[in-house]
Amino acid sequence: MSTLQPPVLAIDDLRVEYPLADGSVFTAVERASLVIHTGEIHALVGESGAGKTTIGNAVMGLLEKPGRIASGTIHIGGKPLDPNKGSAEGVVLGRDVGAVFQDPMTSLNPLFTVESQLTETMRAHLKLDRAAARARALQLLKDVGIPEPQRRLKAYPHQLSGGQRQRVVIASALSCDPKLVVADEPTTALDVSVQAQILRLLRDLADQRGIGILLVTHNMGVVAQIADRVTIMHRGMVVETGPTAEVLRHPRAPYAKALIGAVPRIDARLERFPVIGEEGKGRAAEARAVLRSKAERTGAIADGGPILSVENLQVEYTTRGVLPGSKGHRFRAVDGVSFSVNSGEVFGLVGESGCGKTTIANVVSGLLKPTAGRVTYRGHTIAGEGMVRCVGPLRQAIQMIFQDPYSSLNSRMRIGTILAEPILFYRLASSKAEAAADVARMIEAVGLEADAAQRFPHAFSGGQRQRLSIARALGARPKLIVCDEPTSSLDVSVQAQILNLLKDLRDATGLTLLLISHDLAVVRQMCDRVAVMRNGKLVEEASAETLFSTPQHPYTRELLSLVPTLDRIRGEAQAA
Amino acid sequence: MLKVFLSRLGQAILVMLVVSAVSFVMFRFVGDPVASMSRESATIEEKTELRRSLGLDQPVVVQYGHFLARTLSGDLGISYRNQRPVTQLIAERLPATLELVIVATLLSLALGIPLGVLCALKPNGVAARGVQALSLIGISTPTFVTGIVLILVFAVSLGWLPSFGRGQVIDLGWWSTGFLTASGMTSLLLPGITLALYQLTLIMRLVRAEMIDVLSSDYIRFAKARGLPARYIHFRLALRNALMPVITVTGLQIGSLIAFAIVTETVFQWPGMGLLFIQAVSFADIPVMAAYLLFVGLMFVIINTVVDILYAVVDPRLRARSA
Amino acid sequence: MKTLTASPGLITRIGAPISVMVAGVVALVMVACALLASRIAPYDPTDLASFDLINAELPPAFSADGDPRFLLGTDNQGRDLLSAMLYGARVSIAIGGGAVLVAATIGVFLGLLAGYYGGKVDAVIMRVADVILSFPTILLALLVSGIARAVLPGAATAEWAPVILICAIAIHEWVQYARTVRAATMVETAKEYVRAGKVIGLPSRRIMLRHILPNVMSPVLVISTINLAAAVLTEATLSFLGVGMPPTYPSLGTLIRIGNEFVFSGIWWIALFPALALVILVVAVNLVGDWLRDRFNPKLRVKR
Repeated sequence: MSTLQPPVLAIDDLRVEYPLADGSVFTAVERASLVIHTGEIHALVGESGAGKTTIGNAVMGLLEKPGRIASGTIHIGGKPLDPNKGSAEGVVLGRDVGAVFQDPMTSLNPLFTVESQLTETMRAHLKLDRAAARARALQLLKDVGIPEPQRRLKAYPHQLSGGQRQRVVIASALSCDPKLVVADEPTTALDVSVQAQILRLLRDLADQRGIGILLVTHNMGVVAQIADRVTIMHRGMVVETGPTAEVLRHPRAPYAKALIGAVPRIDARLERFPVIGEEGKGRAAEARAVLRSKAERTGAIADGGPILSVENLQVEYTTRGVLPGSKGHRFRAVDGVSFSVNSGEVFGLVGESGCGKTTIANVVSGLLKPTAGRVTYRGHTIAGEGMVRCVGPLRQAIQMIFQDPYSSLNSRMRIGTILAEPILFYRLASSKAEAAADVARMIEAVGLEADAAQRFPHAFSGGQRQRLSIARALGARPKLIVCDEPTSSLDVSVQAQILNLLKDLRDATGLTLLLISHDLAVVRQMCDRVAVMRNGKLVEEASAETLFSTPQHPYTRELLSLVPTLDRIRGEAQAA
Repeated sequence: MLKVFLSRLGQAILVMLVVSAVSFVMFRFVGDPVASMSRESATIEEKTELRRSLGLDQPVVVQYGHFLARTLSGDLGISYRNQRPVTQLIAERLPATLELVIVATLLSLALGIPLGVLCALKPNGVAARGVQALSLIGISTPTFVTGIVLILVFAVSLGWLPSFGRGQVIDLGWWSTGFLTASGMTSLLLPGITLALYQLTLIMRLVRAEMIDVLSSDYIRFAKARGLPARYIHFRLALRNALMPVITVTGLQIGSLIAFAIVTETVFQWPGMGLLFIQAVSFADIPVMAAYLLFVGLMFVIINTVVDILYAVVDPRLRARSA
Repeated sequence: MKTLTASPGLITRIGAPISVMVAGVVALVMVACALLASRIAPYDPTDLASFDLINAELPPAFSADGDPRFLLGTDNQGRDLLSAMLYGARVSIAIGGGAVLVAATIGVFLGLLAGYYGGKVDAVIMRVADVILSFPTILLALLVSGIARAVLPGAATAEWAPVILICAIAIHEWVQYARTVRAATMVETAKEYVRAGKVIGLPSRRIMLRHILPNVMSPVLVISTINLAAAVLTEATLSFLGVGMPPTYPSLGTLIRIGNEFVFSGIWWIALFPALALVILVVAVNLVGDWLRDRFNPKLRVKR
């Protein structure tokens, strides 16, 4: 790293403001500084609203209106960026600065071929003729590792897989040999295995081409795996910056400590997640005690016996043919899956997107009918062959919590009404007043104040909504709760709180949990037993300890080796 | 491609069957054809004879079968009002209406697309605001009012353009055209503009909305991040995406232009099918109404099928699915 | 930037531009005047005794030969034009409003069913909608009134004209409601709160009416505003074509039709004033409707 060369990117004391309609000013970024040298990957990490994306946009001059750079400087390759024009003299966006966005599905124009989208940049900036641009595009596709590049040139985006599209996006960012690439959450929309490939590609670009990369991400594992340096942001401010290993191993700022502590580890199981300022626990313990005594009165809980069993389950989707009578395509989402869940345990179902795990969740909770096989709850068949007539009362025992806290509560209804619905529907309260008391207890049990019942969902944060969603599930006094990716749309610190809550509720009331997740680390922290799925089939089932320490199936081993985690920090492995 | 075509054809036939059934029901059950077609002084025997000659004494399904067969062979019955074959009446009037619709469509596309793009690119500019305001008035002014105003200004006050009729037309066998004479062209202007105005505002608003939508998409952001020139991004990339729905809507609108022509033709005394139809409605001349319904249904189905196939040709996503 | 978007359901700070506020006030005043026509109109145009052919075709009061009794002049039968317009506007608005109400009720109901159940229910409802959409509003409306004319005896046609007109307009307009509500219902049905309701085991009717319906109502209100304007225009067009309201009980469209026959002989006011009133009313309603649509349409809202 030559010190004679100016850094690829130098940000000094940057402040970005958004004037609001009411005349006040929202400060998105404040006193932010960072430097990126040739061949360096610098991660900008933080939770949503931390201002990390804003910095990326400011560097590219793509701040959303009416955002503006209020003070501070940005130098790209030593040249200052003019805050009014959003660009630096002699620095051309697309030629000197490349960009990679989060979602490869939407970053490419669906109406143009890969070739057209790759060559247009080169033709605009490098003044290449058609043939030269084409040759270069072909070379780029080879460089980013796309198989059969010749054929892919003619392809339209929808004919490529997500990973291939992201490679095309990267190729396009590289097309004019930029010195700096801004990558905004480049792997967030991708599966673990594809993510690993893309990360390796980015690392190679930095090492081999000497490109400086500003990597905006929320994923600490990704940071650990490929970043040389990291800057942690919180509410628009830089809280800590330094070499990756140093910051991740020994964070100094309290927020950085808390954030890193909240990241689920894959190497060892902890009792609880350390969290930053947990939501007021108040009367939670008291409320949970009442729940427990009620549960005990209605029957034995957590006796350890099998509570749910899935036998040879099969689910097929048929897409309708175009012409009447013509056969549609059949797609087997779940193909002969069997497992059983014991009372009181947390059972994890893990796999990449499209592996069929959510389909199983839907069958268990009664949202979907299986094509073959069956699901039994305490010996009663609740779905599939030989289903009992009167499933209703059995349904009550199985409730569900969902992924997206912003859509899982009806925004037009008060929290109290939403939470009372299952209680009144199952006649678990003899009067509205009793139901209201029950609702208050549920709200307290999930760690919120009882007056939440008076308000509408939009008054709550994502984490609080997820708590309310759990409270609604508790209202039906279930024995089993199906949790479908309950934390995958939450920030890591909020995720830690919700996972702690689920653990506490399980311990307090003897609930059984079926946890569906794509995140191996979350599964590691939460589950007693784990089943791994791939393409609709179960590939391995074992106790969590065994699965994570001595995985048997090659696919499990591959998945485990690919997960970017905090305990495998780049540089340290090489040093060791 | 064949699949798309076949499925569209199936749908088209279905729609036409429904339309023909409605048309038949109107024909058969609405009003009393015998009473409409015979003189007030007709005797009972005369009426029975007429009933038999019209086939009204047979079972309904058989009548529908006959109706379909006759329709397919181009026989749409005889107008109650002027006792001439309906097919002949429509054939005479068809060229006038279609020429009017073609002029209006071209006008609305030629002006609507650029104006829509202008409003999307510079939403706060003076020109865009002016166009937006005008479009609001355009969409809120009934066609007949526009027509009357245009007549008052350009025909009555200024005396520049004719206010009614087609002018001099030239017969090309079965088609009479006004495109080939000066008076025919000047006669087309006012009704053409009147008919185009409403469509123009629709297309302009659609292009604006689509363009704004496309401009905020990720792939346009990505194109900006690659430093492509704004002109290139707007006119080569974004416009193409924005124009996709315009194809569909223009297709749909041609169908409704034929119907909207009813009003324009009334105002300008334009001798097209619309005028024929409105006269039929006032006289409850069911055969003409039924035939017109069938005809508009057919036009709509043909245009839509063409548009869908065109769409499949233009959009690579659909192209791949049908391949 | 998540933090920048306003919380949903917040209509407290309306912040409409001045033009929209003015349009809203104009629309309200016009509707109020029309509804109070029998109270504020100088004459009763439906009362044969109140007008006289002697006063026919008098120009507006402010022109040279105007008569101060008739502010906007008189029509060909000697009726006070202002009074006729007030009563006419009442007819136009009532028919437009009636058509919107009928269309919205049918459309919302069918749209909910189609969106929630999907499959065959959806296919049948949407095919019917497709066929109806094959025909422009004006054509279907003409057909309905043509059929009504053929079925009803001559005298009843005039008496039933408002009902015929409402049906004639609603038969096409419900499709737009059904399509919008269907699309919105499909989006809502896929949302997790509906799945949560299903997991609890709530009956479909309850999920549709209590959970989904309130969430799909805001586009319905927006469409209704724009459709009210469209319905008033359609009614005016039908009346202009002579198949709408009869001259004895005129709507704004009928007045313009009457006026149109006299325009070329220099008697411009009979057509002009009703036309102006019509256009101002529709522009005002459309302006409010457009603003509402831009505000509630997630497509045009800046993405996160």
